Amino acid sequence: MSESMTLPLHMRRAEFDPAAELAAVRDEEGVRKVRTVFGVDGWLITRFADVRAVLGDAERFSNAHQMVFRIPGMPQRTDEEIAELRAGNLLAFDPPEHTRLRRMLTPEFTVRRMRRLEPRIHDIVTEHLDAMERTGPPADLVTDFALPIPSLVICELLGVPYDDRADFQRRSGRMLDLSLPPQERAAASLESRVYMGELVARAKTDPGDDLLGMLVREHGEDLTPAELAGIGSLLLLAGHETTSNMLSLGTLALLRNPEQLELLRKEPERIDAAVEELLRWLSIVHSGMTKVTTTDVEVAGQHIPAGEIVICALPAANRDPALAADPDRLDIGRDSLGHVAFGHGVHHCLGAPLARMEMRVAFPALLQRFPGLREAGPEPAFRSFNVVYGLSSFKVAW
Amino acid sequence: MSEEQKPVRIRADRDVCIGAGMCVMTAEQIFDQDDDGVVVLLEPEPPAEHADLARRAVRACPSGALSLVED
Repeated sequence: MSESMTLPLHMRRAEFDPAAELAAVRDEEGVRKVRTVFGVDGWLITRFADVRAVLGDAERFSNAHQMVFRIPGMPQRTDEEIAELRAGNLLAFDPPEHTRLRRMLTPEFTVRRMRRLEPRIHDIVTEHLDAMERTGPPADLVTDFALPIPSLVICELLGVPYDDRADFQRRSGRMLDLSLPPQERAAASLESRVYMGELVARAKTDPGDDLLGMLVREHGEDLTPAELAGIGSLLLLAGHETTSNMLSLGTLALLRNPEQLELLRKEPERIDAAVEELLRWLSIVHSGMTKVTTTDVEVAGQHIPAGEIVICALPAANRDPALAADPDRLDIGRDSLGHVAFGHGVHHCLGAPLARMEMRVAFPALLQRFPGLREAGPEPAFRSFNVVYGLSSFKVAW
Repeated sequence: MSEEQKPVRIRADRDVCIGAGMCVMTAEQIFDQDDDGVVVLLEPEPPAEHADLARRAVRACPSGALSLVED
């Protein structure tokens, strides 16, 4: 990480907690002008009600005006190049273009579809626990459990060869690492599209039962190759980086809150509530996509002109006393369903039902297999300069 | 009668729905998803004991497709 870069306020954390200064913004003025990682200014929204309102208003807060293509130090791209880079990336569109793409994908992520996946997720979790047990402690929970499980699940769901994981995990790492120069992150994103383009071409000649095969079969006429590659690229990235960090950071959170861990061990039926509370308390996605105002707006009494960047601080919103009493406490006994860890509005995480299913299978299986699970040292490494917060390593023993 | 037990009527706008499935997760007695993932209202006027669940589901809906019809 370059020493000269400072972490934007909404990404600063002390282990599990958002920076105290971020909470102060929420409790005082509510909205503050900050310097984004791209070197331009943006408005940070911190209160639960305001974050929900902004995320729920795609008309006035647009995802489609992607400033990232016009950031200082980046080469000027032509409109055609920008269109190619955006194609199929649901997060870079507003309705109705967004709706068109999203509707093609929702059948694959229904609650019922996830239930059908559940036995396979159980098998994948069991295989990885078996491998950890065979090798014996210590293990790195990130590389032996948290990362491979969601990676394998999303590979099977999409139709991506799992043998390619070293390459795509490295690319994902570069795409999300905010300490890298923007050019390098953009290059990784392009490489991912090229790779996915090859898989799409293969699916076009021989569409399988997976998601890429379904898209080719059912929407092959409506989607350009660039759109197909963009959709695949986004789902692959989002499908493993997020759940992976919830699994590692969530396990550490439970180990460091032994009374909560004990409660979950004693009453395993609390797993759904525990998953929601961990999502709320950890808020591993700092902000999701930045938005651009399409008109003059007012948020928390602050006037924001049209054409300005707006960033929603999800950890601040999820620790807002307006959402939960005693919000800084991890409490799996509470009802935290309304949290915004998956966002809100039309861009609410498409994969949320999958992520929930993976967690409700993986956490209990891990805790059951290793009743003596503990930190083995050295200290787990928190990763900060990243689109997704989490752990880069976490040594455990049992 | 407490707020929770007052009967409610639910409206679902299938054009606005993004298929997030939050309603099914919250109250599968009241909501379902069709094969396209779009919301299906099983109980537009859920019995009083499910009124609280219905309210929770409406609040949880990310797209704003669900609303309560006040009498």
